Amino acid sequence: MTELSLHILDIVKNSTKAGAALVEVDITESTARNVIEITITDNGCGMDEEFLKGVTDPFKTTRTTRKVGMGLSLFKTAAELTGGTFDITSKVGEGTVVKAVFVRDSIDRQPLGDMASTMVTLVSGSESTDFVYRHDFNGNVFEFSTVQVKEILGDVAINTPEVLAWINGYIEEGLQEIVAENI
Amino acid sequence: MKSLAELEQIRNRMANKINVRNEAGEEGNTRIVVGMATCGIAAGARPVLTAMMEEIEKRNITNAYVTQTGCVGMCKYEPIVEVYGADGTKTTYIKMDAAKAVRVINEHIVNGNVVAEFTIGSDK
Repeated sequence: MTELSLHILDIVKNSTKAGAALVEVDITESTARNVIEITITDNGCGMDEEFLKGVTDPFKTTRTTRKVGMGLSLFKTAAELTGGTFDITSKVGEGTVVKAVFVRDSIDRQPLGDMASTMVTLVSGSESTDFVYRHDFNGNVFEFSTVQVKEILGDVAINTPEVLAWINGYIEEGLQEIVAENI
Repeated sequence: MKSLAELEQIRNRMANKINVRNEAGEEGNTRIVVGMATCGIAAGARPVLTAMMEEIEKRNITNAYVTQTGCVGMCKYEPIVEVYGADGTKTTYIKMDAAKAVRVINEHIVNGNVVAEFTIGSDK
């Protein structure tokens, strides 16, 4: 993975596969604290304690095509390489929270990358799941929610190409705005 | 500036021309499947998917839709795109990128010609 946004896409895919109805992606960037915190919260099926213990082991996976699962271990390594931390908590029947903290100015910190593309890919891939994406840049907050979008759309499907193109532009511009306000 | 008001306009436009685009599951549609597991994402499947969706929107293609799947089991060939034609044919494209994806839409989906050089059969 070359971007944090690709890790996020991969980890949130776990949430949708776990049957989550709602997945929240929270990103907090703070230049003062020199961190980028990424928290992914879902209300999917969750994991029991025993599975959770080994979940960042690459040889732990629910996939059936082979016995290796890299997603969480790659994300954990990416955070720890910067001097940051990684934490995952989960409860069966309640959901899972993944939190990774990156040291912002570390030379090993991957760029955030294209979050708009990640959200569009997620929304188009699982239209029945709701996604909330909150991005806080030095206290300026941008929020995107499919709950709100679906309310406006009524019976027009959220994964129609025209709507996805709008979502892409909306997130791109929203992120540019919260960063620009800081300069 | 993209606004929620603009989204409402899109909604109204779409509601007026209902059924212009075929329903995803409808017969006669071509289904395009992009592998979007860890292996696919790491190999560059996301720009392949978005390029295909953008091209479909741009060219207003109404008889093809893009979906995602997990790991196909051939990670070294990722990004993999499978095209299921309305006539029951299946074409597997391997080692895709955004530019190749646009060509597949234009040559295969629009003109009906398989892009042989990108298929798994052409890999040596």
